Amino acid sequence: MSNSPAPFEPKIVAFCCYYCAYAAADLAGSMRLQYPANVRLIEMPCTGKTDVRVLLEAFENGADGVYVAGCLEGDCHFLKGNIRAKKRVQYAKKLLDEIGIGGERLEMFNLSGSMGPRFAEIAQEFTEKIRKLGPNPLKKTGTFPGEMPEERVAHDK
Amino acid sequence: MIVAEAKPLEEIADLLGEVRKILVVGCGGCVTVCLAGGEKEVGIIAAALRMMYKKNGKELETLEVTLTRQCDPEYVEMLEKYITDDVDCILSLACGVGVQFLAERYNKWVVPALNTKFAGGTIEHGVWEERCGLCGECILHKTGGICPIIRCSKSILNGPCGGSQNGRCEVNKDIPCAWQLIYDRLKALNKLELLLEIQPPKDWSKARDGGPRKVVREDVRIE
Ligand code: SF4
Ligand code: SF4
Repeated sequence: MSNSPAPFEPKIVAFCCYYCAYAAADLAGSMRLQYPANVRLIEMPCTGKTDVRVLLEAFENGADGVYVAGCLEGDCHFLKGNIRAKKRVQYAKKLLDEIGIGGERLEMFNLSGSMGPRFAEIAQEFTEKIRKLGPNPLKKTGTFPGEMPEERVAHDK
Repeated sequence: MIVAEAKPLEEIADLLGEVRKILVVGCGGCVTVCLAGGEKEVGIIAAALRMMYKKNGKELETLEVTLTRQCDPEYVEMLEKYITDDVDCILSLACGVGVQFLAERYNKWVVPALNTKFAGGTIEHGVWEERCGLCGECILHKTGGICPIIRCSKSILNGPCGGSQNGRCEVNKDIPCAWQLIYDRLKALNKLELLLEIQPPKDWSKARDGGPRKVVREDVRIE
């Protein structure tokens, strides 16, 4: 066994719209295109469902990079979902800068359901970018619970 | 509603300083509607703070509670079961009223997460504007429903002033001249004669100048 440390394999979460990126991932699969196993897909009904809190919590729970992939601008199945997602991603990037994690670890991409090769390319490029940036800075200082403690949110009823 | 805006994260973290466990308390009233301090914003601020602390090698435990309203003792009361000895601080995401209600009720250090801005309304999703200066003696019936106290930069009662240019206020050309708006509105309503009546100086003792105010309704008080 060699003593050199294993290369850094980033954990990447991709929030993918059902109508485009998710379908493109499927297509990439049936075309037998390779893309890094680092990327874990989460299906969304539309990127208009993008929630800043969820994006932040992906990082809190150990993601090194996160991206949201929606339809091409002007082609959203729900008309403006991807435009709204873009603004929320911008806002979350700003918060990540303030937190000290770095907004560059979060991106938004646009593609159509027929762009299987582009899907694989995005996964490849983003993984490379995060590999260069290195691990989520929170990893240096803390442990990751893996999942949220349930009792974190309480109610007044 | 009362319109508020979150303080920058860094400022909130500075105000909190060395804490280990905090209650992050949202309000289901005005600040939920203006997207500054409802359940969702509580979640975002709590997550962001936990990460900021972790980044600096400190653990921060947060408990998120969103009360129906923080300006009502019956809801503030419901926080009691979460006020344990290990809670170092309460971070309130309500307007200044809510922050004070929590501070009055509990023997804990309370920090405001928002800057309370004004009494206003939603112009479009994501845009809020000031509409009322809470002057204590409303005169909107004389001004076509346009408030000269808050929408005229000088709060003058017999406007416009000489700085009204092409319908814009001289303070900033992005501000419409309230008195132009009042004139146009009264003209459309065929009530321009209302402007002939000279308004006497306003009794500001009914506004903030008379000190903190109070409203009492004996008929609804419960002994
Ligand atoms: S505490 Fe403030 S923000 Fe909350 S309902 Fe009362 S007035 Fe509105
Ligand atoms: S006249 Fe006074 S009470 Fe009426 S809207 Fe203006 S500031 Fe508010």
